[in-house]
Amino acid sequence: MISFGPTEEQQVVRDAMREFAEQVFRPAAREADETSSLPDGLLDQVWELGLTNTQLPEAFGGGGEVRSPITNTLILEELAFGDPALAIATTHPSAFAFAVNDYGTDEQKEAYLPRFCGDKFAAASLALIEPSPTFDPLTLQTTAEPKDGGFVLSGRKRFVVLGDRAEHFLVLARNAQSAEGGFGAIDAFIVPRDASGLGVSELEKNLGMKGLPTVGLELEQVEVPDESRLGGKAGIDARRLLASSRTANAALLTGLSRAVREYAVPYAKDRHAFGEAIAQKQAIAFMLSNMQIETHSMRWLTWKAAALLEALEEPTRASIFAQDYAAEQGMKIADDGLQVLGGHGFIREHPVEMWYRAARTLSVLEGIAAV
Amino acid sequence: MIDFTLTDNDHKILDYVRSEALVARKYARHYDENEAEFPPEALEEAKDFPGVWSLMGDRTADDSGQSVIGMLITMAENWGDYSVRMRKGRGVGLGNAALAASGTEEQRTKWGGLLLSMAITEPGCGSDPSMVQTTAVLDEATDEWVLNGEKIFVTTGCRSDGVVLWATLDRSAGRAGIKSFLVEKETPGFDVSHKEKKLGIRADDTATYVFRDCRIPRANLLGGKEEIPKAGSGGFRGVMKTFNMTRPLTAAFGLGMSQAALDFAREQLEGAGVELGYGPTVHGLSAAAAKFQRREALQEAAVLTVCHAAYLSDQGEPNNLEASISKAKGGSAVREITQGCIELMGPMGISREHLLEKWFRDVRITDIYEGTGQIQNLIIARTILGYDRTQLK
Repeated sequence: MISFGPTEEQQVVRDAMREFAEQVFRPAAREADETSSLPDGLLDQVWELGLTNTQLPEAFGGGGEVRSPITNTLILEELAFGDPALAIATTHPSAFAFAVNDYGTDEQKEAYLPRFCGDKFAAASLALIEPSPTFDPLTLQTTAEPKDGGFVLSGRKRFVVLGDRAEHFLVLARNAQSAEGGFGAIDAFIVPRDASGLGVSELEKNLGMKGLPTVGLELEQVEVPDESRLGGKAGIDARRLLASSRTANAALLTGLSRAVREYAVPYAKDRHAFGEAIAQKQAIAFMLSNMQIETHSMRWLTWKAAALLEALEEPTRASIFAQDYAAEQGMKIADDGLQVLGGHGFIREHPVEMWYRAARTLSVLEGIAAV
Repeated sequence: MIDFTLTDNDHKILDYVRSEALVARKYARHYDENEAEFPPEALEEAKDFPGVWSLMGDRTADDSGQSVIGMLITMAENWGDYSVRMRKGRGVGLGNAALAASGTEEQRTKWGGLLLSMAITEPGCGSDPSMVQTTAVLDEATDEWVLNGEKIFVTTGCRSDGVVLWATLDRSAGRAGIKSFLVEKETPGFDVSHKEKKLGIRADDTATYVFRDCRIPRANLLGGKEEIPKAGSGGFRGVMKTFNMTRPLTAAFGLGMSQAALDFAREQLEGAGVELGYGPTVHGLSAAAAKFQRREALQEAAVLTVCHAAYLSDQGEPNNLEASISKAKGGSAVREITQGCIELMGPMGISREHLLEKWFRDVRITDIYEGTGQIQNLIIARTILGYDRTQLK
């Protein structure tokens, strides 16, 4: 049944997140970007909202609520409306925890999920992206070679969120043993920070979302036991894991695009030229209306991908549409938003140049968030 | 809850409509090339098909809403052909949407079974209906409205049984003076004077109407409210409410055809050995596959904006903004998609051997009628800026 109506609970969560993002993220965003650091206490403050643990099973200390990619999609859009870098930093442990919850063996759930159900922020990272312009999740260069009772991981990862403080990394690698290619060959391994052969780089310096700490990983013959392979012999459902990441990205881009629009609209009404507000000129007004049209389009594509994930249906096509479309339109909206502000769009006093950098950054990243 | 899956009942209906549409499509080329002919009331094959209404009775509250499934049915029909149907639709004209939106219950019952066209545009006015010159004057002696004026670009105007006509009670009142009237064919003084020759949608006739002292019963004013609302009181918005369903519906016409174009291009490209998988990054895809994927996403986005506008209508919520969004998005998307499909097909795309070139011509009207893309953008911009017509022209 086609429905665009969030449940009452989802609407309550959505409203609360929007308020939180406006009151907490938005005022902190500029300084985080300028200083390339997260505000003190922010991670713990958001952790108290329970965004990660609410949907983990009660048996491990979680809230026991149903795993809902739709709810998480709504949350990410609202948080990114406040600031995408802070939205990703504060929710990234979910990418690890949800994967363990969704694909892990009972032993793995028991070993790792309780860590995400405590009072304090539990840093953990998903490591997907590799340093190559032809990076493609379906042809990972990081390999997992079977070796008596375990695997040997080799390769390099980049843009690993929270990698500066993560206790564990969920490293995605191509299983050299796998007969099939593509999704079927993708495995995930839980690698502790102190694993022998694992090198963690200094903080990376990126174009946008500079407040978001990311690092690179060097895996030189990192030996891990069989038990660290997520899902055991069954492995993971890489289609769903990647679709979750893409849907999250699309939700973040939708929130970011809305931020641009909601900033550009009052600016254009306030700024006068030739005797009237620039918003009264169609050249400007039509850029704003396009932002409205496209944020709707982005959101519905994102919701559709989330709904398919939630219904346990094949999510690949819908999530690629959502991510690809949001990447293209999100960039255009940020670009137009900057243009509406003119010279002021170029000045760091306004957030639009920050969003312009964030849009370009966000639209090429993967594996930085999950629903 | 948010859901984009179709129920078994939804699937059953849409599969059925597509099976009919495929039959109708066989006649698409003929009526495109023979513009003077009208497609028949019912195709020969129609008698073997039960008709979609026979399936509608099984629907429950768990199935997609009435307006949403209506949009999807419309897309599926147009996926077959814009004009040729298994059987001539009763009660599916644009005028019917107007009747549903602003007629009284009595009026809806009385005329709901007729095929109704909608006459707004005049030789001197299109997107700005406040300039409507056709007049309606009440003759109190006979309790009749007397209509005078000329209407052009009336879609399905030749074949319709009647028309919902926009006429003004008082030209000096601007938009507030405009009312909708129902005029049945064969009413003395109502002439269908001309049939246009067009780029596309040729089998769908486009008429010119002339009204010369055409008298209709007083009860034919849709909604029944005869007084002219004060300027700025929102009276015109009642008239415009019609568009909240016709705008997404019009987008749905185009999106049915652009879906046909995508399906055809996929079949041809795959037949020629081009792989059209869904690649997470552009590196894994050929240029053709990447372009195709983007256009499919665009199609999906536009379809969802249509469903959203319809969903709000089903919920009884206002959807003025969303109707315009769906029309603007649909209008631009179908242009890009069909133009792009011809690009992907290369020279084979322009051959009249295939229907792709026809879809390319047919969809082009989508961004023009029922309010151009530019008018939709004006409405959207005014809404989000909180501007009226004088503040954003």
